[in-house]
Amino acid sequence: MHVDKREKRVMQITVVVLGVAIGALVLSMTASHKSLPEPAGRIRPEDVRVTAPFDNPGVRQVGENEYEVVMIAQAWEWVPNRVEIPAGSHVTFKVTSVDVIHGFRVPDTDLNAMVIPGQITEVDVDFDEARDFTLLCHEYCGIGHHRMGADIVIVEN
Amino acid sequence: MTATIETPSPTPEPEPVVTPAQARTWQIDIPGVTQADLSPLKWQLYLALLAFGIGALMGLLQALERANINLYDEVRLQSYYQGLTLHGVAMVLVFTFCFANSFLSLMTMKAYGRPLKSRLISQASTWSATIGVALALWAILANKATVLFTFYAPLQATPAFYVGAVLLVISTWLVLVNMIWTLADWRKDHPKDRIPLLAYASIISYIMWFLASLGIAVEVLFYLLPWSLGWRDQVDPQFTRVLFWFTGHPIVYFWLMPIYVSWYMLLPGQVGGKIFSDGLTRIVFVAFMLLIPVGAHHQFTDPGIPFSSKSLQWLLTFAIFYPSVVTLFSVVASLESGARARGGKGLIAWIGKLPWGDPAVAGQLLAGIIFMGGGASGLVNASLTANLVVHNTSFIPGHFHLTVGTAVALSIMAISYWLIPYFTGKRLYNRPLAVVQVWTWAIGVSIFSRGQMAGGIEGVPRRTLIQEATYKDNFNWALSHALTAIGGTIMFIAAVMFFVVVFGTIFSNRAVTTVQKVPLAPIINGPRDTWAIMDRIGMWTLITIVGIVIVLGELIFHYWPIWPVSPGIQLW
Ligand code: HEM
Ligand SMILES: [Cu+2]
Ligand SMILES: [Cu+2]
Repeated sequence: MHVDKREKRVMQITVVVLGVAIGALVLSMTASHKSLPEPAGRIRPEDVRVTAPFDNPGVRQVGENEYEVVMIAQAWEWVPNRVEIPAGSHVTFKVTSVDVIHGFRVPDTDLNAMVIPGQITEVDVDFDEARDFTLLCHEYCGIGHHRMGADIVIVEN
Repeated sequence: MTATIETPSPTPEPEPVVTPAQARTWQIDIPGVTQADLSPLKWQLYLALLAFGIGALMGLLQALERANINLYDEVRLQSYYQGLTLHGVAMVLVFTFCFANSFLSLMTMKAYGRPLKSRLISQASTWSATIGVALALWAILANKATVLFTFYAPLQATPAFYVGAVLLVISTWLVLVNMIWTLADWRKDHPKDRIPLLAYASIISYIMWFLASLGIAVEVLFYLLPWSLGWRDQVDPQFTRVLFWFTGHPIVYFWLMPIYVSWYMLLPGQVGGKIFSDGLTRIVFVAFMLLIPVGAHHQFTDPGIPFSSKSLQWLLTFAIFYPSVVTLFSVVASLESGARARGGKGLIAWIGKLPWGDPAVAGQLLAGIIFMGGGASGLVNASLTANLVVHNTSFIPGHFHLTVGTAVALSIMAISYWLIPYFTGKRLYNRPLAVVQVWTWAIGVSIFSRGQMAGGIEGVPRRTLIQEATYKDNFNWALSHALTAIGGTIMFIAAVMFFVVVFGTIFSNRAVTTVQKVPLAPIINGPRDTWAIMDRIGMWTLITIVGIVIVLGELIFHYWPIWPVSPGIQLW
């Protein structure tokens, strides 16, 4: 088949650029340890409120500078809707939904995940300094979707 | 460059024919095609444009909401979200599908130089789309389907909404049936000829879409519809999302491929250039088909999707870069050949020599230029780590109003500027306004997307009645909202100008005086030296299916068992 010389050149360059881009991305992923949710278990929405740990949502310390935050997403609030965590801690969020799909997003952090009925979402992050963050729902979950915010307060320790 | 110049289709240049004697008659360039053959295509185009009009009005309301102007009561809608459902469904399901049905049916006739095999199927497609749209529109306007265009379970719409969606998809399948039948019929008379490039690109687009649409077909027919009818109690919201995104990624190809047909094969003709390469064009279209199963890249942040599937489909995603770059190169090269033939010089200056005064050309050129910005922001989405910043923020609408919202939509408007005269025999009304119109859209969307993207990086969530958000005072989003509102309003003004031209044309009494032509360009290279294997459409389809089975199989194998835990919920 006849392929124009210039076109061949462009295609070769494309392949090289692509290779470099993918390599760089793989590196940046492994180097920076971004938190992508991986399957963390399943749970029936109707069992959520009576099954540990979701029967007792809130913050608990699980190690030195290690915290776990258990949350329930429901139309249209986060339970609990305010959590306080000392600065300088590593925090794992465990979240699930009792009704429809919600979105778990804390701007200015890498926390960004879907909360899907039947599935447990687990994401983690380091909070280094004291400041206020907002947790908001970023997936349409019905007419009150825009009211679904919560406060994450990082306090001096 | 060694240029072998051939005619695009092996059929000899057809004699223009006169359509049946009626009150008005005009001539078109496809032998044997009558007004009755064109009529279903014309109505399907009108249906597309109607959807665009409804969508644009909803777009304006969304943009104004950013400026704290809430007009939903005035238009008797219950909520922002009802309007947003209408916007999404009208724009990316109805507008795009009906345009593809109309346009690629016509391209198939042009390529073979004969009518489609079955006029009945053409009519059935238009009816199926019309009834489907009517059902879905009713469901949405009655506030029984405020589920947005993604209709994620467990939000549950009324059955009419899902039936409407199915009928709309069936309208596309009918077009494919007609294309296959027409190809088989043409083969009988041309056993040795290469499939004409235009027909090839059209049918590959539709086979691609047929395979891609099976995800949504299974989702709706096996799960959502029986569930909303009460025949099934519960569905698995994570699994139905997998099915949705199996279709939801390649649906983007289906929006783009008709536009690529125009950019590759017609736009060069409109600027006096030639199609760059027959073979590469065929490879690009087949490449899109092979790259169907990458939908999990929309589910990076889903809790239930195995890490292996996310990684695999993410890596495959980067292959899309390849047909995209080849397209960029081929289209620019063929435009350049046209501009140089018109006396264009210099490295960049030749661009000025393109016929910018023709709205059909100017609109598609602007669409293409804006698409490059869309492509760059698409790479951001595709990179896993950056995706964590922008996923489900207003960055995403910022991105796709450049791609589907402009590369596709503005091209459709531009194509309409020759297609409506072709279908109606009326001269284009107010050409200068049409030129101003395409520029207005381009300026509007640039401002709009700038605002949405900037906001997304600052955390603005998408699909949100943002001025009522309880947390909005924690952020400084004012600039993003202002740009979105201003840009969106300018886009709406451009849409109004478009309809002035469209209605002015349809209802004008100035008939065309020349033969109406599909502006098909001649080819520089091919098809004589294109690999014969490219025309083995059945083989490519089979390879695609094998790829899908492997990639989707990997996901389902690791995900198993399906976990139906959610009853339907209405929360609006
Ligand atoms: C008058 C021109 C338009 C304006 C002012 C406009 C405005 C908007 C705005 C502000 C949003 C974001 C809503 C939100 O996230 O809350 C949006 C979403 C969207 N727009 Fe447009 N748009 C226009 C044209 C288009 C076109 C031409 C298309 C495609 C062909 C399109 C497709 C979409 C889609 C698919 C969404 C996402 C809907 C969803 O999230 O459910 N829009 N539009
Ligand atoms: Cu929400
Ligand atoms: Cu995609």
